Amino acid sequence: MSEAASLVLDQVSRRFGDHAAVAGMSLTILPGELVVLLGPSGCGKTTTLRMIAGFLQPTEGDIRLDGRSILPLPAHRREMGIVFQSYALFPHLSVARNVAFGLEMRRMPKPDIAAQTSAMLRLVKLQDLTERLPRELSGGQQQRVALARALAIHPRLLLLDEPLSNLDAGLRAEMAREIRLLQRDRGITTVMVTHDQAEAMALADRLVVMRDGRVQQSGRQEDLYERPANPFVASFIGGSNVLSGRLDVDRLVLAGGAAIALAGRYAAGDRRAARLPESEAEAGAARLRVHHQSAGRDAGLVGQERTACVIRRGPRRGRRCRCLLPPRSWL
Amino acid sequence: MTGPAIPLSRSAGEVGPRTGAGEGAGGWIRTFAVNVLVAVGAALIGLPLVLTLYLSLFDEKLITYPPRGYTFSWYPAIIPNFGGPLLVSAELAGLAVIASLLLGVPAAIGLYRHRSRLSSAVAAFLLAPITFPDIALSLAIYVFLVLIEQLTTLEFVGFTGLVLAHVLITTPWVVRLCLASLANNDTAAEEAAASLGARPVIVIRRVTLPAMRAGIVAAALFAFIVSFDNLAMALFLAAPGVTTLPVAILEYLEYHIDPLVAAVAVAQMLIIGTALLVLDRFVSIAQVGR
Repeated sequence: MSEAASLVLDQVSRRFGDHAAVAGMSLTILPGELVVLLGPSGCGKTTTLRMIAGFLQPTEGDIRLDGRSILPLPAHRREMGIVFQSYALFPHLSVARNVAFGLEMRRMPKPDIAAQTSAMLRLVKLQDLTERLPRELSGGQQQRVALARALAIHPRLLLLDEPLSNLDAGLRAEMAREIRLLQRDRGITTVMVTHDQAEAMALADRLVVMRDGRVQQSGRQEDLYERPANPFVASFIGGSNVLSGRLDVDRLVLAGGAAIALAGRYAAGDRRAARLPESEAEAGAARLRVHHQSAGRDAGLVGQERTACVIRRGPRRGRRCRCLLPPRSWL
Repeated sequence: MTGPAIPLSRSAGEVGPRTGAGEGAGGWIRTFAVNVLVAVGAALIGLPLVLTLYLSLFDEKLITYPPRGYTFSWYPAIIPNFGGPLLVSAELAGLAVIASLLLGVPAAIGLYRHRSRLSSAVAAFLLAPITFPDIALSLAIYVFLVLIEQLTTLEFVGFTGLVLAHVLITTPWVVRLCLASLANNDTAAEEAAASLGARPVIVIRRVTLPAMRAGIVAAALFAFIVSFDNLAMALFLAAPGVTTLPVAILEYLEYHIDPLVAAVAVAQMLIIGTALLVLDRFVSIAQVGR
């Protein structure tokens, strides 16, 4: 098997008319890494994936695989294994013929194709369903066929486009685990696109949060969770409540006069306990913003309306909860 | 004929008991009304066919009712009287089907892939021949072909002209049906094929065309029927020795009104019906097997 490849996106942009679907995106993906592009729909993640696959040409920038630009190559010469959201199996071909398709395109000798195909089907545990047609399979099984078909050609890169979004919740976790195991096992560099942060958290080596065609933040799960670069990342990663209010010296005064006591000074990203006040004013407030006390004091922000802290889990009156303070760049 | 009525009446019957005793009668009336409608519809479609078949068995020189008796003797008379035109029509329809598939299938793929204002205009243009009255169209084609014959030394009026004219009226059906078969096509499957190393031509051959298979078969069948049945074109464009079946029937009817025409009609129905059944079977096998 070939060595895992590295992928570099260098200032890649894609415009549709006046609209920039992807704007100046740069990203380096290391060999064997599984990177998840995460963001709401319309953030440019799928456009990025399609540019890597060769279905779209970037309007600017370069995409390099192992240091060589792949932009001159048409999709059918890029050797990428793609799993589509709809699985995109060939409806008129059996499971085995679906998996064999890429190998037939490579003009592999028939016995080798048969051997390789059955090996792939064993890998995804479908060895007993080889002669079935796609529509005779469940969603999870179709997903496995799509994965086997993509992996059969020993692609230089594995691209997964919302691979789990059509599966029911129970199956999703199982498939996520399988994809992760297969990807690790084969050491194949993988780019996955999803809008589901739980999926992203579970699978990724590294997450790239996108919004409006731009990378908001890239990093490991903990990085994004503990030190979100901006309020968007904070609210997109994990269930959280952002509190807002007027900053007093050691407390945050919420609208209606209730206050949250802020404890001590802390560096950006520190976790501290904050006591949520029992008050009518913020009882129903799910979206509140709290000032960073120390930052407020330092920057003379006392009394100003600013975004400050993120409280993980739903704030409940009178309960202590974890309060996560964002970096000073927010303030 | 009563086939469709059974599931309809059953579903209506299931609703009935739940709606209570007062409306039970209403449910029964609804069931009855549906059955009557289905029967009337089936009769409207079926009766002329059955009557044609009935007529073709009359043992009479002139069609009179009630007939003296019944005979199969009209059927063996088909080949001597209509064998030539039948062959011409079949050949014509066959060529028209092949040519219109060669034109219409790529056109449909192209129109499907490159959707723009221009492509919808082209699609509308390709369908235009259907909207023209056949007879006006054939007159126009006749004048046009004669003009070309005068300008060149080529001969068009006759079989060549007929084929061209039939392609004109069959292609819209092919384009329409093929576009319809592509409407719920999954472009991701084509992209998947490309990512697996299939060149664009291979993608069309291995993925797009198989996905269109049912549409192509239906298109071929429609084109065949439209061509086989067309009278107007042949009225203008047929040359001596090139008589199509509809023209031959018309000419025959000028001098004879006997059950032979009905027998020819039944034969034609059987030929097309058989083709339909065979194709239908072929398509469903193609979808289930492989």
